[in-house]
Amino acid sequence: MTSPADLSVASREAHDEAAQALFDDLIAKDSRIEPRDWMPEAYRKTLIRQISQHAHSEIIGMQPESNWITRAPSLKRKAILMAKVQDEAGHGLYLYSAAQTLGISREEMMDQLIEGRARYSSIFNYTTPTWADMGAIGWLVDGAAICNQVPLCRASYGPYGRAMVRICKEESFHQRQGFEILLELMQGTEAQREMAQDAVNRWYWPSLMMFGPPDDQSPNSAQSMAWNIKRFSNDDLRQRFVGMLVPQAEVLGVTLPDPNLRFDEETGQYEMSEIDWTEFDEVLAGRGPANAERLRRRRQAHEEGAWVREAAHEYARKQAERALEASGAVA
Amino acid sequence: MSTHEGPAADAAGLDPHGDVSVDELALTEELAGAGITAAGGVASADAAEYAMRLGDDALVLAQQLGMWIARAPELEEDVALGNIALDLIGHARSLLHYAGTATGRSEDDLAYWRDEPEWRNAWLFEQPNGDFAHTIARQLVASAYLLELYAALTESTDPTLAAIAAKAVKEVDYHRDHAIQWVLRLAGGTDESRRRMIVALADTWPYAEELFADDELVERLADEGVAVLPSSLRPAFDAVIDEVLAEARLELPTGRTAFTASGGGRRGSHTEHLGPLLAEMQVLARAHPGASW
Amino acid sequence: MSTPGETGTEAWPLWEVFVRANRGLSHVHVGSLHAPDPDMAVRNARDVYTRRNEGVSIWVVPADAITTSDPDAKGAYFESPAGKNYRHAVYYTKSEGVKHL
Repeated sequence: MTSPADLSVASREAHDEAAQALFDDLIAKDSRIEPRDWMPEAYRKTLIRQISQHAHSEIIGMQPESNWITRAPSLKRKAILMAKVQDEAGHGLYLYSAAQTLGISREEMMDQLIEGRARYSSIFNYTTPTWADMGAIGWLVDGAAICNQVPLCRASYGPYGRAMVRICKEESFHQRQGFEILLELMQGTEAQREMAQDAVNRWYWPSLMMFGPPDDQSPNSAQSMAWNIKRFSNDDLRQRFVGMLVPQAEVLGVTLPDPNLRFDEETGQYEMSEIDWTEFDEVLAGRGPANAERLRRRRQAHEEGAWVREAAHEYARKQAERALEASGAVA
Repeated sequence: MSTHEGPAADAAGLDPHGDVSVDELALTEELAGAGITAAGGVASADAAEYAMRLGDDALVLAQQLGMWIARAPELEEDVALGNIALDLIGHARSLLHYAGTATGRSEDDLAYWRDEPEWRNAWLFEQPNGDFAHTIARQLVASAYLLELYAALTESTDPTLAAIAAKAVKEVDYHRDHAIQWVLRLAGGTDESRRRMIVALADTWPYAEELFADDELVERLADEGVAVLPSSLRPAFDAVIDEVLAEARLELPTGRTAFTASGGGRRGSHTEHLGPLLAEMQVLARAHPGASW
Repeated sequence: MSTPGETGTEAWPLWEVFVRANRGLSHVHVGSLHAPDPDMAVRNARDVYTRRNEGVSIWVVPADAITTSDPDAKGAYFESPAGKNYRHAVYYTKSEGVKHL
């Protein structure tokens, strides 16, 4: 006998099947999934994880650069750096908003971050001891980020793609300003040139790690590519990034710190030294130079701001109450 | 050509880096009034000293607000404070650029190579950020003063100062609005926020007096129509503050004439906060004399 | 059904932001943000979404005040126009070549 409960399960299953078919069809047509659409739970989870990690990276990524705002060596550079770090706050905000459409609140994501339960790009766990790091971050880290992000403008999830379009547009100046910082240094004094080369030496390998593990060790990549979230493999992106860097390094006059780096005419690929994945794993596991500091500072800002957020919330509540009373008095 | 044309544009493209070209854009003048100085408008010694006072006010305040970035109570406020700081750096650069024309120095020469006694900012601006309430109290006093100042200065007979003021007045108008909104919220929010706002106002208010002090320099310049007499800005400033505090149900903590002895900023005498602030700001530039960045 | 994103649990609610890029154009949705109240929402929108001359006017709307069509009723809502080609000028081909038509 079929009970009413079974019926509803059956009809829900039928509904889900039809919805899944629609979803698959949209993906196959390279169309977009929008917030109210049915989507597989794994797709939703993958997106929440990826978008919130991306947002966290923007927010944590403000720290290594904001470190130099007060000490920027010219007023023009100070303004540029401030605008850039401020952009990153904006980008984090766009991304948190995109993630919210999947049913998670910003508060929840922020809690995950400051409690150490969420990941963000490991690159920001390196420190910025010199001004040249501002140049190297712009050129290498933002350069790698742009490689990753431009394809994400076409991510199958609509709000994510739209946020990325906005971010890519705004970030067009980030890499350029970094390149310009390095160029100025390389054309400057001996001490400035050393500073620039040293920063490139320190940031080159971590920036290559930003593309993630090699394709044969990247378990989630295949599914993300099938869902049109990811469009190029990690190794592909890394190759293209290096291909872009080589001529730019020549213009700068810096040496990329890999003695084995060479272009193989036959394969059309760059050959490079083995990336130190132990270091990558260590930083990822929270044992990088600045992991603890990044979280401490984020937590501090969040906690010290709590009374301000509460005050504004309470003020809004009182205002609404007064408005209600006023309208009640009139009516 | 657009930077990244979004979903459709690189759909067929194989280059994941995309076409990194830049939007066609007519760039606006970066430093207000710089066109006039480029055409030979050099500041007189008096005008340069005056511009340095205003420029130092703006730069020291921008330096402080810049410290909030990545530390604000909410992301939206990181962006808001960043915008204000960027406006102020713009004012500082324009004013210091102009001040430097009198002696052949650049904005950076003035920002990075003057020692503490050569700085002309008022004490208010060098007071530390404190908690968010202290920053907002400082913003309220500063922006209410600056708005009256720049509004009057748009009529300056000095075309460079008038041009700088014309841009600054609109921006500072927003800064004042931002400060007022937060004063209302902190004063009318929770018990804790109200308590903090009251303390912040008490700590900040004594530094208002110095902003409105006249001296020989501004008197000479005001006669020529170049500068605005600071004392002439006081009634309008007081009216605004009174209105804001009334709406926030706050009272001025001390009498309006308290601390008249304070304030030597215009003569180069400063509180204990300016030295460390300058040391931090100038450390890198001074480690590399003659370098360009 | 309201717009996605508002959880109803956060101290600062979610707002949807619409910006008019220039006179003569409609306000277009650009994204969302958090703010404690409408006055702050419109200011935050100015700071977050118009840093590069993107707008001359801003609307903010509480995200939970927006009602959306039911995505499960896509057919019922949006199937009807298909096939009604006579609503479009290109349907009428016999007048081709005739001027001002």
